[in-house]
Amino acid sequence: MPIDIDIAKVARLARLALSDEELDLYRAQCEVVLEHAALVQALPTEGVEPTSHPLRRTNAFREDVVTECLDTEEVLAQAPDRDGNYFLVPPILEEP
Amino acid sequence: MTDLADLTLSEATSGLQGGEMTAVELLEAVHRRATMTEAQLHAYLNIDRPGAARAAVAADSALGNGAAVSKLTGIPVALKDNLVTRGLETTCSSKILAGYLPPYDATVVGRLREAGSVIVGKTNLDEFAMGSSTENSAYGTSRNPWDPDRVPGGSSGGSAAAVAVGSALAALGSDTGGSIRQPASLCGIVGMKPTYGLVSRYGLIAFASSLDQIGPLTRTVPDSVTVLEAIGGYDPADSTSHPGKVPDFRAGLGRGVAGVRIGVVSELSGEGIDPQVQAAVARMVTSLEGEGARVTELSLPSFEYALSAYYLIAPAECSANLARFDGVRYGLRRHGDTVEEMMANTRAEGFGPEVTRRILLGTYALSAGYYDAFYGQAQRVRTLILNDFDSAYGQVDVLVSPTSPTTAFEVGARATDPLAMYMSDVCTIPSNLSGHPAISVPVGLDDAGLPIGFQVMAPALGEEVLFQVAAEVERIAGFSDRPALANSRADI
Amino acid sequence: MKFEPVIGIETHVELTTASKMFCGCPVEFGAPPNTNVCPVCLGLPGALPVVNHTAVEYAMKIGLGLRCEIAPHSVFSRKNYFYPDMPKNYQISQYDLPLCIDGHIDIETDEGSARIGITRVHMEEDTGKSTHLGTGGRISAGSQTLLDFNRAGVPLMEIVSEPDLRSAVQARVYAEEVRGVVKRLGVSDVKLEEGSMRFDANISLRPEGASTFGTKVEVKNMNSLRSVQRALEHEIERQAAVLEAGEEVVQETRHWNEEDGTTAAMRSKEEAFDYRYFPEPDLVPVAVDEAWCSEVASGLPELPAQARERYRAQGLEPTTAGLLSRDVDLGRVFEDAVGAGADARTVANWLTGEVTAWLRKESRLLPDSHLDGAALAELEAMVGAGDVSATAAKDVLAGVLSGEGRPAEVAESRDLIQVSDSASLEPAVDAVLAANSDAFEKLKSGDEKVMGFLIGQVMRSTGGKADPAAVTRIIKERAG
Repeated sequence: MPIDIDIAKVARLARLALSDEELDLYRAQCEVVLEHAALVQALPTEGVEPTSHPLRRTNAFREDVVTECLDTEEVLAQAPDRDGNYFLVPPILEEP
Repeated sequence: MTDLADLTLSEATSGLQGGEMTAVELLEAVHRRATMTEAQLHAYLNIDRPGAARAAVAADSALGNGAAVSKLTGIPVALKDNLVTRGLETTCSSKILAGYLPPYDATVVGRLREAGSVIVGKTNLDEFAMGSSTENSAYGTSRNPWDPDRVPGGSSGGSAAAVAVGSALAALGSDTGGSIRQPASLCGIVGMKPTYGLVSRYGLIAFASSLDQIGPLTRTVPDSVTVLEAIGGYDPADSTSHPGKVPDFRAGLGRGVAGVRIGVVSELSGEGIDPQVQAAVARMVTSLEGEGARVTELSLPSFEYALSAYYLIAPAECSANLARFDGVRYGLRRHGDTVEEMMANTRAEGFGPEVTRRILLGTYALSAGYYDAFYGQAQRVRTLILNDFDSAYGQVDVLVSPTSPTTAFEVGARATDPLAMYMSDVCTIPSNLSGHPAISVPVGLDDAGLPIGFQVMAPALGEEVLFQVAAEVERIAGFSDRPALANSRADI
Repeated sequence: MKFEPVIGIETHVELTTASKMFCGCPVEFGAPPNTNVCPVCLGLPGALPVVNHTAVEYAMKIGLGLRCEIAPHSVFSRKNYFYPDMPKNYQISQYDLPLCIDGHIDIETDEGSARIGITRVHMEEDTGKSTHLGTGGRISAGSQTLLDFNRAGVPLMEIVSEPDLRSAVQARVYAEEVRGVVKRLGVSDVKLEEGSMRFDANISLRPEGASTFGTKVEVKNMNSLRSVQRALEHEIERQAAVLEAGEEVVQETRHWNEEDGTTAAMRSKEEAFDYRYFPEPDLVPVAVDEAWCSEVASGLPELPAQARERYRAQGLEPTTAGLLSRDVDLGRVFEDAVGAGADARTVANWLTGEVTAWLRKESRLLPDSHLDGAALAELEAMVGAGDVSATAAKDVLAGVLSGEGRPAEVAESRDLIQVSDSASLEPAVDAVLAANSDAFEKLKSGDEKVMGFLIGQVMRSTGGKADPAAVTRIIKERAG
């Protein structure tokens, strides 16, 4: 079953600025892998529940108590760009 | 006189606690071994000499003054560089995290420190743990100590190489599709993936959250038990951590396999497996039978689809897990006139081809219109795999197979063929999908002198019988070979 | 062509738990930037979320308060999109299996009663805050952005209504009602001005009587209850004009601009967001059994609807009862006043009228003012006894609110005490009657109309302090 991926759209969704050559290469490679992965569609799965967790646990909670925060300076020291104690980024084009 | 770097963990513990040597001496031996081998091996990204020295001194102090010590006190341990270490660079072998200094320790790192171990440094991996050869590292490929023209396996290739050669007495790796077991197999050491949830993932830089597990790489099965005892157990900081009682890992050691029911997985033998690997595995099965095990061949038909399901689930989860690497708060940032451009440029440059490929695959598999056919279907196939396992464990106590279809392949041999690379994990992937424990034990060398690994799989929380059978495999195999590099002299 | 608006409202509520939804950082408004952060809410590599137990209970309370069913099995999901104030570039939310479903809330407006369906209430996490440098806080080309992650990870509840609202007024009353419920539950401080409660609307128009839906427009940035109404009134007009011109309404998101009084289309996106929802693998499902649900339900305080019934039974008009029930502070003072013996309708009208107007003008909250139930009761008693006139009472109220003192003191100091005892008034009345004997004669012979004039004269001579009722009584006595 041939698979046709709109790779440019996928790259935009994933925030990856790839060149046209790269996009072509990745599209071809992804299509090969996906064709193999799509073999799962051959298995009949009506009535089968999906497994999201191998562990059958529920209700993992923490109590509503305040715990120690990180030191602001240690955090901001890793920032590629900052303004005082704020992270600084270039202008935002789109609002969500 | 044994070079201290050639001791097993258990031997070193005896030596340290018996006062025959000091932690500082042990560390020096390990450092010497690293100095001798690193140029060829490149197992490490970062050897933290000052930190390790401090820990060794502290260990000696504890050992000397009768303070409470553990089996790991003074033991040099290496950490795969996808485990965060406070104040010590953690890169996941990626450019996007070059220079990143985590402000906290992973839970397992904290437990190792508390147990008094000496952290030697951070080992090389395939970028973000994606790969089976460590060739996807942005900082150079690690080499197999048995033949430096070959890969050590991946993604925990650096950890496996270091333990194999003695530049660490134990190491931690992570296993999502086989990334502890397959490099252990290719490097002739023991590598173990615990039951999902037994070891906290807090501080493991996530690749595929429902598949990732941290586990030990060691020279022997008892060493593996010792490390697991130190790092395993409930962690409230990890919601997927198992809250119940932890199995007694050590209880089955030395019990032998009389009466143990062993299932040989037919889908993981014969076609697709290298003949010498197949033969070695078959010989071991026969030997186990000779020691009283009851062997049957079992078919788990859904295993045919395990690889396919994995290559939908893992990329899907990783596409979301790696979204946080965007140049905003830490790591690499490349210029963009807008934040959208900055993120896209940063990620395009910061991620290597394998990571990029998996993010694209995963994004696609989750996208509107495709979710049900790809990711949704893969999670249903996962249930079928679990059902096959459950049904098999109704008839047998453990399942066995080769760990890897082949021994170590040459550097570059599979780098341009993603599918061929992915096939390296066909034997290991099913137990990641099921969350069951599995272990690789070296059983011999092939004609080219390359190690062959034997895999044992057990039901969830079945570590006791897992280690029991693994220990017997180890005893029968009597594998005591060491790679040539471990014996190299300091003539560089 | 008459059009009917079809409106649904999405409400986001920040909870007042001590700590965040998935980590132990404090929930605190106005802290210095990036001080309430940790690996989890910063999205640092390797960090993992753990669900806040109290936040789940608060979510259940909201669901129960809105008459929802609590799902026995609910799941967290990842909502994937890139935005700099979202540290993980996905939001942990709930998608196909939310905690609460199928509720309703009853509202009353002048148009009548309506039952508004609640589709769902689910749990998610709030984002960080972005401040755009340069041009007045709004995004524009060339402005860099400052990011503060203190708010990232704060527990956020999303309440989605069915598209059952049919007017801008209904929408506002719905919003007030939801706010009233949440406030009474004590799970949020519901301060729209601080963003702890936010409303977005989806609105479409269709020909009256039609059953299909028109194209819907999302309206955001309505930062007060009044702007919910104003924005939707404007949007109804705008869409009606478009449709009447024979054109089609564009499906888009529009921002309400309070100063202009208009909505403006936000920068059009090239493609609609594909959120690629999938179950959150780092979290396990939430299982709520009967026992837990009953425990939470039994701890619920009285809800606005129940309070409203009580108030109606005390003789209040529906609108007044509604206003008091939705504002827990007003309601409490009302009940205290009635408890202290005041007449329900009088104090209720004062609270929903003068007091509310004063609080809005002064931008104050009732608990921060000096007015309490006892003071209201005192004032009401003074009016009843004729010590102050109904008109003067409003001035006294303002004085008490401002902190000038108790009602009696304020009435004194502002010289508002009404004179109504005969001994004081009779001389004044007699003086006026004597000075206006012609009018008095007319009155005695049955001309009612001069009464007003005579009373007015007494009021003038007493500087307005005479109790008109008492004056009337005395004049009548004199007239025989």
